[in-house]
Amino acid sequence: MAAGTRLPSSKHRSPRPAVRIGHLALHALLIGGSLFMLLPFMWMLSTSLKEPREIFTYPPIWIPTHLAWQNYLKAVSAMPFGRFYLNSLIVALNVTGLQILTSSLAAFAFARLRFRGREALFLLYLATLMIPFQVTMIPNFIVVRFLGWYDSYQALILPTAFSAFSTFLLRQYFRGIPIELDEAARMDGASSWRIWWQVVMPLSGPALAALTVFVFLGSWNDFLWPLVITSSLQMRTLPVGLSAFQGQYNVQWHLLMAGAVIALIPVLIVYAAAQRRFVQGITLSGLGGR
Amino acid sequence: MTRQSSGPPFSSGQTVAVESRLRIPTWRRWRPDQQWEAYLFLLPSFVGFLVFVLLAVVASLSLSFVHWSLLSPPEFAGTANYVQLLTHDAIFRKVLWNTGYFIVTIVPLQLALGLALAVALNQSIRGVTVYRLIYFMPVVTTIVAAAIIFQWMFNRDFGIFSAAIWKLGEWTGLAIRAPDWLNSSFWARPAVVILTLWKNVGFTMVIYLAGLQAVPEELYDAAKVDGASAWQRFTRITVPMISSTTFFLLVIQMIGAFQLFSEPYVMTRGGPAQATLTIVYYIYQNAFEFGRMGKASAIAWVLFAFIFVFTLIQIRLQRHWVHYEAGE
Repeated sequence: MAAGTRLPSSKHRSPRPAVRIGHLALHALLIGGSLFMLLPFMWMLSTSLKEPREIFTYPPIWIPTHLAWQNYLKAVSAMPFGRFYLNSLIVALNVTGLQILTSSLAAFAFARLRFRGREALFLLYLATLMIPFQVTMIPNFIVVRFLGWYDSYQALILPTAFSAFSTFLLRQYFRGIPIELDEAARMDGASSWRIWWQVVMPLSGPALAALTVFVFLGSWNDFLWPLVITSSLQMRTLPVGLSAFQGQYNVQWHLLMAGAVIALIPVLIVYAAAQRRFVQGITLSGLGGR
Repeated sequence: MTRQSSGPPFSSGQTVAVESRLRIPTWRRWRPDQQWEAYLFLLPSFVGFLVFVLLAVVASLSLSFVHWSLLSPPEFAGTANYVQLLTHDAIFRKVLWNTGYFIVTIVPLQLALGLALAVALNQSIRGVTVYRLIYFMPVVTTIVAAAIIFQWMFNRDFGIFSAAIWKLGEWTGLAIRAPDWLNSSFWARPAVVILTLWKNVGFTMVIYLAGLQAVPEELYDAAKVDGASAWQRFTRITVPMISSTTFFLLVIQMIGAFQLFSEPYVMTRGGPAQATLTIVYYIYQNAFEFGRMGKASAIAWVLFAFIFVFTLIQIRLQRHWVHYEAGE
């Protein structure tokens, strides 16, 4: 879909002069836009390596005279970034794994099994897609506290381990797989579980990959729920930890920017390495699997 | 779907004769033994759905009719939360005004910029992959980090935006002064808008690119033969052909703008003087700072009502401008 740009048919022929000027103008605009998009990243990197006295200067200095790597050490010793990482990773991996497991099982039932109440139940799932997260957030907060899970991994993971949206998305995809495959497998004595695991799931690679990226990234970057459901520094995820860092080290921009670099670099590296997957995942899931 | 077409009703007295087997659609045959199996498949998802969605919705609705700080037992409040919110709450009026401001600025700008970028990157030019990598990069970044960086960029004295504006003033000799972005109740909102656009324009772009690639090339060729200019081709072919994508994005972005939270929370804490306080931020404040669970729930339902009504309006209006021929 989005990832496969139409290849130019006349790639190696030089275009007409008018077209060439048009292209030059287009490049100028696109490069200008790109610089604006990259500006925050460059400014972050630059500030993170400055000594405090070089931060408050006008005009601003882009390249610090001494690279102040100690800013990173200070940031890491001021805040348990390693722990934030670990928490984010544990939460995002579990949420992704569990959500895809529960959603694919439910989607399999909705798409390929016949049972009483199927349409009604599916409609109920669909209807809740309209409800914004903020409506259910407060009761979920109360329930989680009541269960004694406040400030724990269960609290961070379980409420988002189920998703009507993911179920809907996978159900749409599963429906596109020929039902004859199920029938053939049943003839050979396969159970529904085997059909789910060995027929439908392997054939849903693109949808599962897209959803994995979408769910993982959403969980990794989630802010509001982890903010309200955790309180100790030990249970903070990366975004919430970074926000706490900001609260404590306000205006110590060199340290805050070092923290931002620490939080962003791994994601950006993974993104640069697998850009196509990211774009595909977000486009496909964003479009609801159309 | 053809699979759901009607067939003869399932009969338990089915004979094993090959003939009757052929007449009964095969998908009907296992229905009885699939009943419980299906429920097992649904169970893990449904438990979560029941507790964290269905019951939560009911609980939230009930909560909106009580006063409850979680410290003392809840008190029945009737419609007091809603009445207070809609008639006496000056802050809520401000919050609605801010949210309206964000919707009418972010949504059109987002769509226009995203479409412009998508059209530019749908051309056969060099470096398309690199451009796309760059424009999409903010989409994958954590909003908290982005908001902290922008907070620093918007710093009045030493931020890069302000520096650029001061420099512009020096070069042109005009009395251009950099605004005190985040400490000005007028400029803090545009600052949030700029951050949001920067963060999300790549998403709009890739969705539009997907839409553009579904437009048949022949239409453009035919228009060129008829002597249509590039602008005419854009307004008469591209815009109508991707109107279903525009509709989708319009709804998604509008809902997103209604739910703005992290950007103002990290960058401005809703200030100055509540200039960037949004509905969701107000829910957060009421529930987790002021301990007003009932009122926060009532705001959440008002938010739901707004999203619901505005989405319905969009669905109604789409009839007049959305064409569904493309890619359907």
